[in-house]
Amino acid sequence: MKIAVCIKRIPDTESRFAVAADGKSVDSAGLKFDISDFDGYALELALRLNEPQGPGEVIVVSVGPEGTQEILRKALSMGADRAVHLTAEALPFDGMAIAGALATELQGQGHDLILFGRNATDTGNATVGPMTAARLGLPCVTAVSWLEIGGGQGTAHRELEGVTETVRFPLPAVLTIDEGIARPRLPSLKGIMAAKKKPLDSRPAALGSVQLTVEALTLPPERTGGRIVGEGADAVPELIRLLRTEAKVL
Amino acid sequence: MADMFAFAESRGGALRKVGFEAVTAARQAADATGGGAVHVLLAGGPGISARAAELGRFGADLVVVLEHPALVEYGPEVIAATASARLGSRPYRAGFFSASAQGRDLAPRVAGALGRPLAADLTDFEITGDVVRARHPIFIGKGIATLCLHGSPALLSLRPGAIAPADATSPGAARIERIEPALDPESARVVVTGTTARAAAKLDLGEAPVIVSGGRGLKSAEHFRLVEELAAAFGNAAVGATRAVTDDGWRPATDQIGQTGRLVSPDLYVAVGISGAIQHLAGMRTSRVIVAINRDRDAPMMKLADYAIVGDLFEVVPRMTEEIRKVRATE
Repeated sequence: MKIAVCIKRIPDTESRFAVAADGKSVDSAGLKFDISDFDGYALELALRLNEPQGPGEVIVVSVGPEGTQEILRKALSMGADRAVHLTAEALPFDGMAIAGALATELQGQGHDLILFGRNATDTGNATVGPMTAARLGLPCVTAVSWLEIGGGQGTAHRELEGVTETVRFPLPAVLTIDEGIARPRLPSLKGIMAAKKKPLDSRPAALGSVQLTVEALTLPPERTGGRIVGEGADAVPELIRLLRTEAKVL
Repeated sequence: MADMFAFAESRGGALRKVGFEAVTAARQAADATGGGAVHVLLAGGPGISARAAELGRFGADLVVVLEHPALVEYGPEVIAATASARLGSRPYRAGFFSASAQGRDLAPRVAGALGRPLAADLTDFEITGDVVRARHPIFIGKGIATLCLHGSPALLSLRPGAIAPADATSPGAARIERIEPALDPESARVVVTGTTARAAAKLDLGEAPVIVSGGRGLKSAEHFRLVEELAAAFGNAAVGATRAVTDDGWRPATDQIGQTGRLVSPDLYVAVGISGAIQHLAGMRTSRVIVAINRDRDAPMMKLADYAIVGDLFEVVPRMTEEIRKVRATE
């Protein structure tokens, strides 16, 4: 199958978080970047779907600034066949703008599947996948936790609140991938060497107009927590009293 | 005065709380602009129209009902096409969805169809003139982005629990209008063929007013019984877990609260034996009241909690279960 995987470069969310001098973006000084968590699952799934089925191609695509090529190289070293870097000085927050750039790139290329992560772990919008599908006019299934492909059809599971939904869809299709479906492999030394010779194309992203912007970025209000009610089981009655009379949650 | 659109989520013929939240938000937005109308889309299988009147309580003036045998299960393409057609048919100022599992699927489809941006997973919002300002936690809750969205309709999805569903101050009887699907269900490509309840799914994490959550401090899967008993004593509680616990298979992955799991905001969050890794805190720090029980008074969760008990959870939790049972017995 010809599978495109759209991946995003994100800062390691465990690292230090600071607001930049402009008051509306993340201070990137000293941050480490990697492939967004769910996008890693999507890439691994694409590689596994193609491994037993013979001829196929996995193409990784990413929109972003210069450093984006590092994650595309990593994806190539994991086993993707080629990469496309859609260059943008900065990644806009507006999912529609990103979807527009991706749809322009992916249009009419004959992909059987276009995969995304369920959401980016930094911005957490979960919008670009289904918006790209809408732009391409392709069927879309979001938050796929289990997948079976055969005979030009797919069956997917989605985990909703308390229930699992089973969905049927035809190929080609756009899927966004949930956690746990396929744990991403680590690049092998052989893979890293091979990646150096794989094609990585670069062209400007056709972002179009941006209608949703970040006006300010602030730190969350500090919770005035840390009140120790007491020690051991004997503190429980006082806790219950506070929950009833002060917090009023009982 | 500006009119608002909201999507009232349902499943299996029953309205969902997150839908009431979306209608409440639309009502508040309409009132804030000097009292426009709130139009609500309700979609479902045969019989769903019987649920429409209830939406009037939350401030719906008109409920547009899409009732079709093909919509017993969620129909993403049919509902997205119908919602888009409705949103495009009138000068609605904004469209409100929930950022629930269904809403996260539906809202970006609608946005894509309309070619409009979507401000997703919001904790609050404000409409002034042509501009919507809304807040959205980013970077696993380490930062709060204030988003700025121009033009109409502004499409917004609200984090479940962020807005309390409230009876409208002057609820009227909602008018009910039946509509036909904007896309023939026969031609839908993505078809939900069924849903199965996951084992032990009683109250969902997104809807439960109380969550009792357990971490590594419980030491084994069997000890989760203590957490379950405390949740059962509350009577309105769901059981959650940390990633360490779900990775070890003590609890199903779907119970995981945190960065890569569920994001929750219950009235009361009880953290049992959870030290408070940043990824876990990201999923629950917006809870209204947090209680922590831990041996280590310096654990991050103990610093975050409104009320903390330092001690051995194997003694504290059973005592708490007993006390909560007493409280519930007198209610």
